[in-house]
Amino acid sequence: MTDALWILILALLSAGLVFAFIRLARGPYLPDRVIALDLISILAMGFIVAYAVRFDQPNFLDVAIILAIISFLGTVAFAYYLERRV
Amino acid sequence: MLGEILVMALMLFGAFFMFLAGIGMLRMPDLFLRMSSTAKAGTLGAGLLLLAAAIHFGDFAIATRALAIIVFLMLTAPVAAHMIGRAAYFDGVPLWKGTIRDDLRGHYRASTHALETTAIPEEDRLPDEAELETRKPDLDR
Repeated sequence: MTDALWILILALLSAGLVFAFIRLARGPYLPDRVIALDLISILAMGFIVAYAVRFDQPNFLDVAIILAIISFLGTVAFAYYLERRV
Repeated sequence: MLGEILVMALMLFGAFFMFLAGIGMLRMPDLFLRMSSTAKAGTLGAGLLLLAAAIHFGDFAIATRALAIIVFLMLTAPVAAHMIGRAAYFDGVPLWKGTIRDDLRGHYRASTHALETTAIPEEDRLPDEAELETRKPDLDR
């Protein structure tokens, strides 16, 4: 029962990742790709948290912190240069 | 046992909301609507997953770490979404065809990027809808 639930959880996260990646590949504008990348990093963070709970490894939460900070800084940097471009 | 059920339920809801964020990212018609799906559904999904982790581990230090990530996400996600939306608006990303009104149009000064309450003179405005329609959506513009 629990195993089936874990498969469902990871499948939902994977499907979200695939959809975000399709948007990253299709665009059509540069900001679309930036927000797709933002969503991908949030989904990766979700994966790490799910993995940490599944295998009882609390140390992985530190990775989630770093990923959250890096994704925020990346989006802000992209936005800064996008706005300076015009 | 009860705690385990709660953890699994929170994980499931969190993963479901992240899935919804992915669907919104793929299916929403323009950038600004897509942005709302990542900023809200994505943050809610991540928050639920982290809450599940905080309950699962039960340890004070780990729960504090998980709650710190939730607070950080809730503080930064709207800021990042606003910055990228503002940059995209200046960059000339067109709105969806079904948009009824755009209150910002004609109120941003193109030279200084300042927002003003009075209407901006014609020569200092951002390019309007008709002009954006002719623009090609490419990466290198």
